[in-house]
Amino acid sequence: MRVTQGCFSFLPDLTDEQISRQVQYCLENGWAVNIEFTDDPHPRNNLWEMWGLPMFDLRDAAGVMMELNQCRKVYGNSYIRLSAFDSSHGWESVRLSFIVNRPKEEPGFRLERHEVAGRNIRYTTRSYAADRPEGRRYG
Amino acid sequence: MDMDTADMTDTVNLREELEAVGIEEILTQLDRELIGLVPVKTRIREIASLLLIERIRKRLNLTSEVPTLHMSFTGNPGTGKTTVALRIASILHRLGFVRRGQVVSVTRDELVGQYIGHTAPKTKEVLKKAMGGVLFIDEAYYLHRPDNERDYGQEAIEILLQVMESQREDLVVILAGYGDRMDKFFASNPGFRSRIAHHIDFPDYSEPELLAIAELILRDMNYKFSADAREAFIRYITLRKTQPLFSNARSIRNALDRMRLRQANRLVADLDRVLTADDIMSLEASDVLASRVFLKDKPTAGSA
Repeated sequence: MRVTQGCFSFLPDLTDEQISRQVQYCLENGWAVNIEFTDDPHPRNNLWEMWGLPMFDLRDAAGVMMELNQCRKVYGNSYIRLSAFDSSHGWESVRLSFIVNRPKEEPGFRLERHEVAGRNIRYTTRSYAADRPEGRRYG
Repeated sequence: MDMDTADMTDTVNLREELEAVGIEEILTQLDRELIGLVPVKTRIREIASLLLIERIRKRLNLTSEVPTLHMSFTGNPGTGKTTVALRIASILHRLGFVRRGQVVSVTRDELVGQYIGHTAPKTKEVLKKAMGGVLFIDEAYYLHRPDNERDYGQEAIEILLQVMESQREDLVVILAGYGDRMDKFFASNPGFRSRIAHHIDFPDYSEPELLAIAELILRDMNYKFSADAREAFIRYITLRKTQPLFSNARSIRNALDRMRLRQANRLVADLDRVLTADDIMSLEASDVLASRVFLKDKPTAGSA
């Protein structure tokens, strides 16, 4: 199941050149670009692992692309996203975030129905990725 | 086939090309603002011409290779290496060989870490900031410490070499340092020497050049020498050059700063005097002659 979250996720995957152009747009706005990755793209999983520190004071997208390629080498079969952080007063938050790498097979989510008192039903989404046994999820 | 047709249909007007990129302006500015340094200027003109031709060749599909632009500047302290690096960056930017044209100037401190695992991220961060522009490494020979084989400098060198080779289109590296020590540095890191296309040597300034530099600096700051002071300063330069730790234009700048200090002190000493703009602008012989350089000279002159 194709995960759609962040910008551009309903479009075909961006090429490296397109990613680079988007990054350059962020840098020209003075935003710091950050690389994050995870195996579990659950919508409620806001905190992905960080690849290095957010990159402040860059002028050219080549620096981000260098880090992204290194991250892909290590976590090529995970989700990787770029997020652009605006540190200016009043914003101080993420302005743009988009997925730049997906695993070959996206495990997707399942819906769990939980019967509670009075035969009411509570619904939960769980990611299949999180079901993998110990030692298989990380590394 | 394709190339032949390109040759026949496209003619190139060099003058238009040159004017379009506007490097002539930078080169004449370089001539005007930097005194002396004739071999350096010639070399920069050569590089600029080469790049201009390279740019045209690229447009005509005659080449696809990115030329190696890494450089090394060697020369004594105060011969203008940093200033020239800034100009080179703007020339490269105008010609489109670097995308952004910023200069990131670093020394060993900013590249080499203090403990294991600290160096790589530090070096990479500097490299990332310099991407699209010029990375200027001042006193580059400090990166290599032959007396300590566990020094982290070597790690920084390896990362630098790798990026210099694989991302030539993203980054231009300029190494700078004193001649003899840079030679030793290149001798122990042959990888560096072969990855650098342009080795430029900065000669020391002659005495008339140093005087011209002094007058240029003073003019920028709206000061001037009185006729006596100018004579005294010529003697000052001759004496200062023979002393240790002479660092060319930098020494001249420092000397001028001290002379401004003495001039201010002299003016403030007489509070009742009415000053004209000319008084405030001119440095007198006494401001020059109060220098330590002349004091040291006296006993030797007396004994001789």
